Amino acid sequence: MDTKNMREYLGWLYYQYLLITGIYVLEPWEKSIFNTVLFTMVAMVIYTSYVFVPVHVRLALEFFSGVCGGQHESTMALMN
Amino acid sequence: MTESSANKPANGEVCHRTTNGVKPCRNGFVKNHYHYQQQHQKSCYLEEKVHLRASNGGLYSRPFLESFEETPMLVAVLTYMGYGILTIFGYLRDFLRDWKIEKCHIAREREEQKDFVPLYQDFENFYTRNLYMRIRDSWNRPICSVPGAKVDLVERISHDYNWTFEYTGRVVKDIINMGSYNYLGFAENTGMCAEAAATVTQEYGVGVGSTRQEMGNLDRHKDLEELVARFLGVESAMVFGMGFATNSMNIPALIGKGSVILSDELNHASLVLGARLSGATIRVFKHNNMQSLEKLLRDAIIHGQPRTHRPWKKILIVVEGIYSMEGSVVRLPEVVALKKKYKAYLYLDEAHSIGALGPHGRGVVDYFGLDPHDIDIMMGTFTKSFGAAGGYIGGRKELMDYLCTNSHSAVYATSMSPPVVEQIITSMKCIMGEDGTTIGRERVQQLAENTAYFRRRLQELGFITYGNSDSPVVPMMLYMPAKIGAFGREMLKRNIGVVVVGFPATPIIESRARFCISAAHTKDMLDMTLEKISEVGDLLQLKYSRHRTRPSADRAFEETTYEDSED
Ligand SMILES: Cc1ncc(COP(=O)(O)O)c(C=O)c1O
Repeated sequence: MDTKNMREYLGWLYYQYLLITGIYVLEPWEKSIFNTVLFTMVAMVIYTSYVFVPVHVRLALEFFSGVCGGQHESTMALMN
Repeated sequence: MTESSANKPANGEVCHRTTNGVKPCRNGFVKNHYHYQQQHQKSCYLEEKVHLRASNGGLYSRPFLESFEETPMLVAVLTYMGYGILTIFGYLRDFLRDWKIEKCHIAREREEQKDFVPLYQDFENFYTRNLYMRIRDSWNRPICSVPGAKVDLVERISHDYNWTFEYTGRVVKDIINMGSYNYLGFAENTGMCAEAAATVTQEYGVGVGSTRQEMGNLDRHKDLEELVARFLGVESAMVFGMGFATNSMNIPALIGKGSVILSDELNHASLVLGARLSGATIRVFKHNNMQSLEKLLRDAIIHGQPRTHRPWKKILIVVEGIYSMEGSVVRLPEVVALKKKYKAYLYLDEAHSIGALGPHGRGVVDYFGLDPHDIDIMMGTFTKSFGAAGGYIGGRKELMDYLCTNSHSAVYATSMSPPVVEQIITSMKCIMGEDGTTIGRERVQQLAENTAYFRRRLQELGFITYGNSDSPVVPMMLYMPAKIGAFGREMLKRNIGVVVVGFPATPIIESRARFCISAAHTKDMLDMTLEKISEVGDLLQLKYSRHRTRPSADRAFEETTYEDSED
């Protein structure tokens, strides 16, 4: 019952996605190209953010702690 | 600004109206009142324009409610994005076709033409090939019954994404017809009009085989012209076999080089063609915008012809009664006031409004309660409300005498077929009540009721509709390109036939569905249609309007219709 509702809702969401992007009118192979490209791009964005964001955050923290002057214990802990 | 200050308040806040209860002084001079004008220009573009009559000096006898809700920002952005994506895929397909990876189904240059100027590279061709073709199934659908309130469609399928269609031989029955211009429901195959036409066919046949100037001048044509003149309240009238040609051939007969035509930007193709053929200078004013028109009129009078600065021989204002894509009604009282003030001529095309507007079904002139003699050239067609074919021109006797010998569509075109003439005569008499029944009157009344009901319900459901609250043409906004196709298909699945419109008939982002209300629609049909529209609207997320009006039970069904509804 719940899964059926969920499936319906997802179907509806996909339909909205088709309509808004305009790929509703495309042929199936074009739809798959679009979906693949979009999916790859989103996946890459997620992956890069997963890999690089923590490093950048850490570097930023280091930098700002450096700017602020005081070497707090917490920063030291972070660096180790 | 004696005259035009009297029009001005009609463009904006009502509060100004009370300060100038001065009677509009006809034929006033052009004075320098730019200040006043500029000051008020702002207020004229209120998104929702409400015009109320003041007790004296008012130009409008009825409230003039016209709304063009602006496009929500997000929707506009998404629409452009959709077109962007489709364009990218269009380029991809064109690339594949160029490299012969896929077969090209559409016309293209032959091998030996390859090095010449490209023929199929402009935007319209690109659009047709890569966007229109994909959703082509929503247009040009053959029908196989009388286009009344319900219509039968020929079933049609495509196996190659709309490049070719196959007719299965089956018929899709009883589709509710929301697309035909059958305003008064006279497109019938039974009833008095059809019978009269059949009788006349047995007497006169169908073909006439000659022009009005030669052997094609029947007694019925004369009768019809007298009737039309009486219907319009003008001295004399003339009928032509085709509405489009009435415009495109008579404008060149009336005006030529050395004159100027002031044309509304949304005028019908026939008017545009006529204006171009005439050789006159064409100036275009913003849709239904009286400031813009007045400015053009002044400029035309002040500056005259370019370079020589001789005065223009004639100044002709060309407007339509109801604009068929916007559903708006011309601001005729203001146009007439301006026309009188600047002594220009006025050409009014009532193709959609004749029969469909006004308490007596006599078009915009009747709707605003004006004098038909104020309009120099009254043009209209019999294609819409009368369920026939052809067009007319009404006006002064001298005008008709002139056109009779000078208009190409009178001299060179075959005259109107007798059954068509009879259909028009019968339906027109019916509207006028001369057939001894009240059917015509009731239909005009019914149309006004249906229109008010349908428009109100659509708005309450949260759709964006355009145009005047009394116009039976109801455009409903769809915006996104995929939704054009989806709306047409989904409605047809639910047994309702609608017309969807996109570029180039509208600006690229303002795609819409257009409903034409008919007196033949019963309340049940309208309710059914509205229910389905609402269903599809939820499915496609079309309820864009941010001006939600609450459904109000207390506003009666008949309330907004004409008062003099007795008998
Ligand atoms: C404003 C206007 N003028 C003229 C015409 C042409 O009339 P007909 O279809 O009778 O040729 C139309 C038809 O759509 C129209 O809308």
